[in-house]
Amino acid sequence: MRLVTDQTTNARATGALVELRTLQKRFGAVDVLRSVDLNVLRGRVLAIVGPNGAGKTTLIKSLLGLTRPDAGDIVLDGVSVTGTDAYRARIGYMPQIARFPENLTGAELLSMLEDLRGAGAARDRELIDRFELGDALRKPLRVLSGGTRQKINAVMAFLFAPELLVLDEPTAGLDPLSSSILKDKVLAERGAGRTVIVTSHIMSELEELADDVAFLLDGRIAFAGSLDALKGETGQGTLERAAAAMMRRAALEAA
Amino acid sequence: MTTILKVLRYQARDAIRSRWLIAYLVFFLGVTEGLLRFSGDPTRAQLSLVSVVLFVVPLVAIVFGTVYLYNAREFIELMLAQPIARRHMYGGLYLGLTGPLALAFVVGLGAPFVLRGVASETLPALATLLGAGIVLTCIFSALATLIAVRCEDRLRGLGSAIGVWLLLTIVYDGLVLFVLSVFSDYALERVTLGLMMANPIDISRLALLLRFDGAAMMGYTGAVFLSFFSGAQGVAITLTALTLWVAVPVLLGARTFRRKDF
Repeated sequence: MRLVTDQTTNARATGALVELRTLQKRFGAVDVLRSVDLNVLRGRVLAIVGPNGAGKTTLIKSLLGLTRPDAGDIVLDGVSVTGTDAYRARIGYMPQIARFPENLTGAELLSMLEDLRGAGAARDRELIDRFELGDALRKPLRVLSGGTRQKINAVMAFLFAPELLVLDEPTAGLDPLSSSILKDKVLAERGAGRTVIVTSHIMSELEELADDVAFLLDGRIAFAGSLDALKGETGQGTLERAAAAMMRRAALEAA
Repeated sequence: MTTILKVLRYQARDAIRSRWLIAYLVFFLGVTEGLLRFSGDPTRAQLSLVSVVLFVVPLVAIVFGTVYLYNAREFIELMLAQPIARRHMYGGLYLGLTGPLALAFVVGLGAPFVLRGVASETLPALATLLGAGIVLTCIFSALATLIAVRCEDRLRGLGSAIGVWLLLTIVYDGLVLFVLSVFSDYALERVTLGLMMANPIDISRLALLLRFDGAAMMGYTGAVFLSFFSGAQGVAITLTALTLWVAVPVLLGARTFRRKDF
């Protein structure tokens, strides 16, 4: 008997909030993504790891529609959203580099986002208090330090209590205290049933946060599964060791 | 549409606070006030302002515009991560750049005249001067937008901006003069007119000089120009040429922007 399931029930069944299907992207002569298939499971933290230039940021930007993939499909909650705009209301994005219009204040920037999202959206201002940003938000963004900008960057990602958080190197430039506040926030959001995608160069940090790992190598998914499964497969005790083992194995295969 | 206005509002707020834009405003205030004071004659001040407007407005619009848009790159990225359509973001960017530039120009050049009280005989020339400046701002910020969207490399982008300005301000007129001198044995009024129509700065220059009875000094050519600009067909052609100069770069830029990777 052939089972006919529509995509929505399929997504519910697999528990995937996001499905990336055969995503491809070429920049000039470089194949940055070569047919990436990846499911991001609902209510879990997915860490995307891989060496520099493996395509992590391109993958994230494709998911957000900032980069236009050459081929493939992005499916959110069972519905294809490739090339559309409205779905981004469900995503909070924290880019790698926090640079803003220099002459606006942080408060203006936040009210601009609120203005764009409309009155209906929920608000989560917890990080403003936790980071003690009250005064900084009243100053023009150009006078703020890199760390403070990064905090505002984080505030913006969490501001609308989005279903999906996409954090690209979120703790870069943050002091240990702020970075632990941010990590606590990520775990709290996961506890509330939200889904998180995170990249970082600091493996120990991902180890604290991640449930699942996607290992991106040369534009392909070399491994996708739970953190424990990755450790099991490579026979290593930590994510850092496991990632190193994956890279060594890939180098051997290439040779 | 409302999204465009929202983007425009915040972007314009950012642009208005930029030091360069304030410097631009102060420059026109200073030059206009100075010319009015030293010449003591509003019409002569306006005539001097023609050259200043034709030279400075395109330069500032295209250079400031290109630099501003390159600096706004991360802001654009941030906005595009929001539920905003690219075409709305693009519209907001272009208008958020053009609006403050045009405003600074109009206030800078207009205020000294208005504060003195505009006489009815200097009003048409002032209006043409302001209109030409606004149109040139729209055209050159459109070119700036196109360059910034098309060209990834800032340095090359800035180089192209200055190149385009040099081409339309200086090189083009040189070529026209060359053509005219080579074929000076022929009646070239219509050809000249055609060549002028292809360059927005020349269109503005003609429209402005004819306002100041400068046509009388240009002999037969001036008479041809004057009859062209006073006829309905001439006005229609002029407006079409200017509209194309805004629309073509804006639409080409929009096409690239829609497909661009950030």
